[in-house]
Amino acid sequence: MILYHLNHLRELEAEALYVIREAASQFERPVLLFSGGKDSIVLTHLARKAFHPARIPFPLLHIDTGHNFPETIAFRDRLAEKTGATMLVRYVQDSIDQGRAKEEKGVNASRNLLQTVTLLDALEELKVDAAMGGARRDEEKARAKERFFSHRDEFGQWDPKNQRPELWMLLNGRKNMGEHFRVFPLSNWTEMDIWMYIALEKIEIPELYFSHRRMIINRSGTLLAASDYLTLKEDEKPEEMTVRFRTIGDMTCTGAVPSPASSLEEIIDEVSTSTTTERGTRADDKRSETAMEDRKKAGYF
Amino acid sequence: MSTFSKEGYLDMELMRFTTAGSVDDGKSTLIGRLLYDSKQIFEDQLEAIERTSQQRGFEHVDLSLLVDGLKAEREQGITIDVAYRYFATPKRKFIIADTPGHIQYTRNMVTGASNANAALVLVDVRKGVVEQTIRHSFIASLLQIPHLIICVNKMDLVDYNEKEFDRVAAQFRQVSSKLDIQDIHFVPISALKGDNVVDKSDNMSWYQGPTLMYLLEHMHISSDENHIDCRFPVQYVIRPQQQEFHDYRGYAGRISSGIFKPGDRVKVLPNGETAAIRSIELDGDSIEEAYSPMSVTITLDREIDISRGDMIVRENNTPNTIQEFDIMLCWMNAESLRQGGKYVIRHTTREARCLVKDIRYKVDINTLHRNENDKEITMNDIARISIKTTQPLFADPYRKNRHTGSVILIDESSNETVGAGMIV
Repeated sequence: MILYHLNHLRELEAEALYVIREAASQFERPVLLFSGGKDSIVLTHLARKAFHPARIPFPLLHIDTGHNFPETIAFRDRLAEKTGATMLVRYVQDSIDQGRAKEEKGVNASRNLLQTVTLLDALEELKVDAAMGGARRDEEKARAKERFFSHRDEFGQWDPKNQRPELWMLLNGRKNMGEHFRVFPLSNWTEMDIWMYIALEKIEIPELYFSHRRMIINRSGTLLAASDYLTLKEDEKPEEMTVRFRTIGDMTCTGAVPSPASSLEEIIDEVSTSTTTERGTRADDKRSETAMEDRKKAGYF
Repeated sequence: MSTFSKEGYLDMELMRFTTAGSVDDGKSTLIGRLLYDSKQIFEDQLEAIERTSQQRGFEHVDLSLLVDGLKAEREQGITIDVAYRYFATPKRKFIIADTPGHIQYTRNMVTGASNANAALVLVDVRKGVVEQTIRHSFIASLLQIPHLIICVNKMDLVDYNEKEFDRVAAQFRQVSSKLDIQDIHFVPISALKGDNVVDKSDNMSWYQGPTLMYLLEHMHISSDENHIDCRFPVQYVIRPQQQEFHDYRGYAGRISSGIFKPGDRVKVLPNGETAAIRSIELDGDSIEEAYSPMSVTITLDREIDISRGDMIVRENNTPNTIQEFDIMLCWMNAESLRQGGKYVIRHTTREARCLVKDIRYKVDINTLHRNENDKEITMNDIARISIKTTQPLFADPYRKNRHTGSVILIDESSNETVGAGMIV
């Protein structure tokens, strides 16, 4: 009978396809939140598979902080063209100009928190009732308790104490006016699953994930990319290093890792022997022990 | 992790299990131990719990801190609902649905149990089988979890005495004789010291059985799915608005059970029309045999009016078409079940409304006694009720098919999921 058994990666794929199709069925105006990172790239790939040969029946939405790696933006535009999907972009800079969000000051300033303002405004403007994201439960302890269909109140907030029980695969997307859902088809995937799936399906990912030479600022152990967006401390000097990125967010808070891994195979070997967690490179998570939990409650991704 | 191989990774099975236990019986320590001994803990995580252990004045590194939850939980000293944890060995990838042991326990364990291949029940060897153990095991049997593992924990505190282990196992066998569980295992362990969790214990030479990890890795789960009764609830109809695929109609969904092949004669419910499967595909690749839990797209050899909520089955093996039936219900809401009340009901990809016609009995989950006089069904209660739906459902008994035998009830005004039901 082993003949009729899916391997774990294909089972995770089947589960994600089910959740994506369920979101497209139960909601009127879903979007896929596209960040340019590998998880949202895998999610886009799955969305394409779920509806083939038709096009993805919902738009992709990118919240552009203005502090993205240029490679991310180029990749985003190419992907939209290739899949024929609609790519909507909303800018944090616009929220700042309108006085809806206030730029942080100082050397550790980041637009990470400001994204939430732009995101919630965009969801309201586009009347989105379900925002699909690539978050995984293994990433962080606040995410370990997420549902596939995660209910948000009219303020976009997450209430971990009042979540709907999710049984079997019967997903409940019913809601009142003004409320919306976050949908997480990749909930049960781990970092390794993502990489193995990228290799298995030969999914194209941005060059940033592969080893390259780059000017780096070493800020108390976090290797940040030198850029116009980063305010340097007095004693900081950029130095050229061979690095790659394990996660991709803003240039101001995404740490690189020294790495010679220049192919998917080498990355997989590296991830399999890594001794630190993936989000260990993210300065945004290091602000406090409950940084992710606090941001999620406020309506973050 | 040094034994990592890519080929091996692609050959792994996925196994989901739930853990249950009462406060202080070492559940968090056991999960921490499984993660730690299977080398799933990263340096930055380990440093963090070492620091916390030191701050709190512990003698050893407290592995239970690895599963420490949210700020909201720590402030209140409770665990909020189900947390999911992941680890992998070269053989399997595991998903743990970690459910807390306090009052809201039934609701959470039912949630965690609904998709599980196995349930781990922890018993403190000094306390033996207690009410909670009975509750856990009853829920495992009600939800038809195929495998049950009784971890007799804290063996280090009874000098690893075989008689103590035997006593607890015998106690449990008495309880389980009243339950419907296919496969039960007993393992004497010490989660704190690591005996028989991942590594075989030197302290219990009398125990000849497998360690907990060996059981988890080798338990036969490929027959947990139903490969006999073909059921395909249509989830989404794919109709590309493109010239190239002008006449294309694809029925997308996830196979609940059975094995579908191109050429098979099928029947569509509710309209009863028949056709042959033209193709089964995913992303342009054709699939020769599709089975649970695959997500695929099916095309038929003739045009039939099919929409979401319909079901494609084999001509000669059809589910029951039911509209008035009984379910075993686990109630999950602070507001009580209303006899005569109306709720939204979801079954596979179908949604209807239902009327609660009768509350037959309530189960006392500590004694397993059926009470026919108590009609007050509140949070965490389990009851047998009779309902009538506005539309027919295409269903199988839950015992035969977990996917086509399960329903949820939704409150029409709050939209909350208030009940989980298993079709009798």
